[in-house]
Amino acid sequence: MSEQVKSRVLIAKPGLDGHDRGAKVVAHLLIEAGMEVIYTGLHQTADQIVKAALEEDVNVIALSILSGAHIPICEQLLKKMKQAKIGNKTVVVGGVIPEADARILKKMGVKAVFPTGTRFEDITGFITKTARTTAEVTSIKTKPR
Amino acid sequence: MKKEITIREVTLESGIPVKPVYTPDDVREINYTEDIGAPGEFPFVRGIHSNMYRVQPWTMRQYAGFGTPCETNKRFKYLIENGQDALNVAFDLPTQNGLDSDDPRAFGEVGRVGMAVDTLKDMEDAFDGIPIDRISTSLTINPIASIMIAMYLVVAEKHNVPLDQVRGTAQNDILKEYIGRGTWIFPVVPSVKLIGDTIEYCARHLPRYNPLSVCGYHIRESGATPAQEMAYALLIAKAYALHSINRGLKPDEFLPRFSFNFDIHGNIFEQVAKFRAGRRLWARITRNELNAKDPRSMMIRMIAGGGGGGLTIEEPENNIVRGAYYALTSALSGTQTMALCSYDEAYTIPSEKAALISLRTMQILSEEMGLCDTVDPLAGSYYVERLTNEMEKKITAHINEVEELGGIVKCVENGHIQRQVSYQAFQHEKEIQAGKFVKVGVNKYRSEKKGSRKVALYKYNPRTVKEQIKRLNKVRKERDKKLVMKNLGILKEKASSSENLMPHILDCVRAYATVGEMTGVFKEVFGEFKEPVKI
Repeated sequence: MSEQVKSRVLIAKPGLDGHDRGAKVVAHLLIEAGMEVIYTGLHQTADQIVKAALEEDVNVIALSILSGAHIPICEQLLKKMKQAKIGNKTVVVGGVIPEADARILKKMGVKAVFPTGTRFEDITGFITKTARTTAEVTSIKTKPR
Repeated sequence: MKKEITIREVTLESGIPVKPVYTPDDVREINYTEDIGAPGEFPFVRGIHSNMYRVQPWTMRQYAGFGTPCETNKRFKYLIENGQDALNVAFDLPTQNGLDSDDPRAFGEVGRVGMAVDTLKDMEDAFDGIPIDRISTSLTINPIASIMIAMYLVVAEKHNVPLDQVRGTAQNDILKEYIGRGTWIFPVVPSVKLIGDTIEYCARHLPRYNPLSVCGYHIRESGATPAQEMAYALLIAKAYALHSINRGLKPDEFLPRFSFNFDIHGNIFEQVAKFRAGRRLWARITRNELNAKDPRSMMIRMIAGGGGGGLTIEEPENNIVRGAYYALTSALSGTQTMALCSYDEAYTIPSEKAALISLRTMQILSEEMGLCDTVDPLAGSYYVERLTNEMEKKITAHINEVEELGGIVKCVENGHIQRQVSYQAFQHEKEIQAGKFVKVGVNKYRSEKKGSRKVALYKYNPRTVKEQIKRLNKVRKERDKKLVMKNLGILKEKASSSENLMPHILDCVRAYATVGEMTGVFKEVFGEFKEPVKI
């Protein structure tokens, strides 16, 4: 298993918050790191994000939220993901996230929180690691076939 | 033995190299009368008033609003009691996006980053007991600014303030929303037409009202360099001006009411030079390209505030210090109005304490430090004058690039500007992470101590949604439904014509039509903007 595993990441801007600087900076970062990035654009509903994640078959959903509404938004999205049977996809959240809220988000099922000021290598490192783990799981699952 | 001295290389964010020393040689080509001029005179490099702060210090206008209109009303009164002389209304995201508080897409956002407004009733309550004949009010809203201006005017009517006495500014700059900030709804062309309606209506009826505030601010916050910020803002202002001229207005009928909103963070001298160069360029654009004759048409009247983009989430108290320097820069730049992002704004909207510290910062600067004593005190500095010229060249180069690609409207529609700005944001973030641009407490002198991010924050009240929806339903029940439907029908009919929509929006507002209903009419007629998402 030495071949390179390519991450496919959906970068999404849920809700009404229009601040997309961070989302786009991370998109540039991941593209430069050799990942495949699909950017949804602004004002996405949870349903639109789930649909895009399914259609694009991504392994990571990266949300960027700066309005303060990260808790209700993530609650709603994780519920919809479960309903669509993609609850196993990795969700990470970036933006203006106070430390206490980061703990709440992780308890909820968000795998990583990248608040403003996160080092680039922490983001690329986490996503690369996730892609590798997911790929291993997938390959074990698909072995019998 | 001589020790070898290495001189550190310095390049400003705008891409201008800085020399360690400037001398008379750097300003030899400048002709004072033509290129700089006295304060209050063309080309307004030194500012737009001859005696500036000696006559009147800058206006202090902190951005405020949260929760229900009644909660916001209390904060407004608090700021006024503490010496603030103007208001700047923050609306929540559903309102800014034209959604009613009970719309499913408003989920989680009602009253969070500003106050919720669904109908005229909300604006009536927000301004209850506020002397709107004496206070100038800024409305930070864009795609549906026309609706919010109408609401404010009807409130003024109810306070018996005649239209020609109403003072204030609507942000109403949609082109920058597509570039940064992101509260757009309709496609570009009808959105610009709506702004044209407000410009025309104000030119005819509201001599003391600024129908728009062209924002370099959010373009900079989205990652643009200071030179790009000024260039794109001037292009946007020119686009609205050309639209207005095409509908038959004379430049001097509306240009004196144009206002601007710019960002301050980063290198102090680069910001000062940006404003001095920007004023010179706008003066020449309005006179030479737009054929303005009235000097007031050629002036950049602005709010220049400390930008959130410069503040850090690490060691938030450092932001109080940053805010003070931004205020200093703003004063040295000859601003008319000042606002500061508060120290906790890297986290959330400001607490009462944080908002007061920002206000006090400006008051201390204005009344203790001598900043109001003499106009444009940096003028004549070899460095600042030379840098003003260099900034002008950079800004002009950005302007020309966009003009060659078909102009700002086209470059916003196809996402060219958005890509330029996000690429710049990425490059700058790389430079910060590499330590090329220092952020104290972030990439240098970083404290790993626990609690270095601790700050007492404004707490969002989850009961706000319920309260606001209750208010909305009460209005829906009590209003004259037939009249609402009739006026919305007329608005729809007129929206497909080239007629000015302001009188019809006013009629809908007076009948207590909701923000969502009026926006819905526009969506049906105009459609919705399709965002270019290519990175």
